Amino acid sequence: MTTPALSLRDIRKSFGATEIIRGVTLDIAQGERHCIIGPNGAGKTTCFNLVSGRFPISSGEIHLNGERIDQLPPHKINRKGLSRSFQITSIFHRMSVFENLRCALLWSSGYKYAFWSPLWRQKALNESAEKLMEDLNLSARRDVRAGLLSYAEQRSLEIGMTIAGGASVILLDEPTAGMSNTETDHTIALIRRVTQGKTLLMVEHDMKVVFDLADTITVLVYGQVIASGSPADVRNSRAVQEAYLGALEA
Amino acid sequence: MKTRTLWIIAIVVAIALPWLFYNWETHRHSGFVISMLSQMGMMIILALSYNMLLGQAGLFSLCHATFFGFGGYATAHLLTAIGKDDLPIPMEIVPLASGLAGGALAVFFGYMATKQRATAFAMITLGISELGTVSALMFHHFYGGEGGITTDRMIDSSLFGLTYASGLQVYYLILAWTLIATAAMLFLTLTPLGRMANATRDNFERTQFMGYDPRMVRFLQFSLAGFFAGIGGGLYAITYEIVTFDALAAPLSANALLMAYIGGTGIFAGPILGAILITLLQSWVSLLSNSWLVYVGVMFIGMVIFAPEGLAGILMAHKPLHERGQMRRLIGPYLRLLPCSVAVAFGFVGIVELTSFLTIGLAQGKKLTIGGTNIDVHTMLPWGISVACFLLGALWLRFEAAGFRRVWDQITTELKAGVAKP
Repeated sequence: MTTPALSLRDIRKSFGATEIIRGVTLDIAQGERHCIIGPNGAGKTTCFNLVSGRFPISSGEIHLNGERIDQLPPHKINRKGLSRSFQITSIFHRMSVFENLRCALLWSSGYKYAFWSPLWRQKALNESAEKLMEDLNLSARRDVRAGLLSYAEQRSLEIGMTIAGGASVILLDEPTAGMSNTETDHTIALIRRVTQGKTLLMVEHDMKVVFDLADTITVLVYGQVIASGSPADVRNSRAVQEAYLGALEA
Repeated sequence: MKTRTLWIIAIVVAIALPWLFYNWETHRHSGFVISMLSQMGMMIILALSYNMLLGQAGLFSLCHATFFGFGGYATAHLLTAIGKDDLPIPMEIVPLASGLAGGALAVFFGYMATKQRATAFAMITLGISELGTVSALMFHHFYGGEGGITTDRMIDSSLFGLTYASGLQVYYLILAWTLIATAAMLFLTLTPLGRMANATRDNFERTQFMGYDPRMVRFLQFSLAGFFAGIGGGLYAITYEIVTFDALAAPLSANALLMAYIGGTGIFAGPILGAILITLLQSWVSLLSNSWLVYVGVMFIGMVIFAPEGLAGILMAHKPLHERGQMRRLIGPYLRLLPCSVAVAFGFVGIVELTSFLTIGLAQGKKLTIGGTNIDVHTMLPWGISVACFLLGALWLRFEAAGFRRVWDQITTELKAGVAKP
């Protein structure tokens, strides 16, 4: 068996006396599209924050491609090949669309903190940024301040910035939240396209999207995994129906 | 007009200015003008380097003068050493050494301060500023205590055989270094570090998930800003040949903030405008009035409330109108703003000056004279006129400002819809 892309070993997280994540164990295979679902407050976003290093975990272990990452700060985890988006759009509002994408490409292109190489002369970098912008259908908005884009455009930009660095594991936190049906379809197509061959871990509320996109679904309730498997298995799981899907339909 | 053209015009003006005030009868330069222009150069470097923090990286620093002053002290010692021991360091590269001194101190303090951001960062820098001031009073050997240290810039060591005996030669040295520092700081904004400084300003968390350590970005930006501030301080030491703790104390840090903010932190050249304006007020209005700081303060508050983008921001707001040939339509509304603004300003200055003459002026035995007429500050009439001008002017200005806003909004709406005709 190959090493899982991402492996969570009994991770726990407490805020004060309250335990939010209560022992989650999860393996995500290379190239898998994995969705986490669960009712509000189940700990889905917290889970993302732990994996991406935004918060330290209270106990347990997290491995990325076999390498332990749970003690590392976010930027080091990112350099090892894990990237994430945020539930609340997280872009550089005062910079242009092009600058946003170019910034997202800088580290992986090896520029680090260089203050001696002028950006206008980095031809390859600028071309990749233009190319990425085209993939995102944002070329027409190249020089617009990111803060002035429409909501759906901002979400596309955020997905672009998340995948720009070439990470092999992508975490998307509710990428279609607050979108119309057309926008959702467009975004899902975009996600499919840009995460080709990568491992995708996604939190999503839209069941249509989840069952459409995911290879594997994990159901998180009150900080614990109550089911994990193929969409069909999860749909038929009694525990899930009781805890979650049933509650939605009722 | 192209940005490049504007830069060239600014440089030509800076080179020519001393000669506009040259007295052809006595064959002497105006010492006042040259010292004011020299001051402007240093303040431009200080304000621009401060804006590397405030405007470009979103770091609200309260200790920028610490590095300016330290660069100044180090330079004074260096000049003395060069003069005494005939070190082979030409005057033209001395400011580079000043920069390295300021930068080294910024590396040291920046390591602490940039652990934090936002308010915590500001508080640490406040502590650093106090530390700098106290050090200047405590460590006599380096800082010379309250009297500061003096030096002699005639070190007889120059790449071009200059003696720097005259203020004009010093001014051109300052101008050259102001241009070098400005070009370098502009270049920095166009590098990966410069862009990531903007990025951490807008959203530090996102930069982490792009592989960047925002603390490292802050640290490098802070250190480089300290380097440039040090250059400014070095020029200060060369010009005045004395450095006291005024050069590193909190009021100068506050001045850096004022200049950058009033000029405009969102545009690279903004702080240059701020530095020129504040220096003008400082050297010129301070000759006319005891209360010049009141005017600077009121201007700062006014800017924060009404034009947070600063002078440069106000100018840039006109750019789309200018490009589309709409400026003509603003002439009328601007003219209408003029008389009421003058009335408000007259009334305000009147109240401030009358108060000032009633208190400080009286103590100094000065009399308020306008056009040769003595004004008795103890009578009601001047007070009445000032207060009336101020209040009525303010009401009138409110009315006219609303009209101006209507025209402005009308034009911008037309521009957006693409229907405005030049």
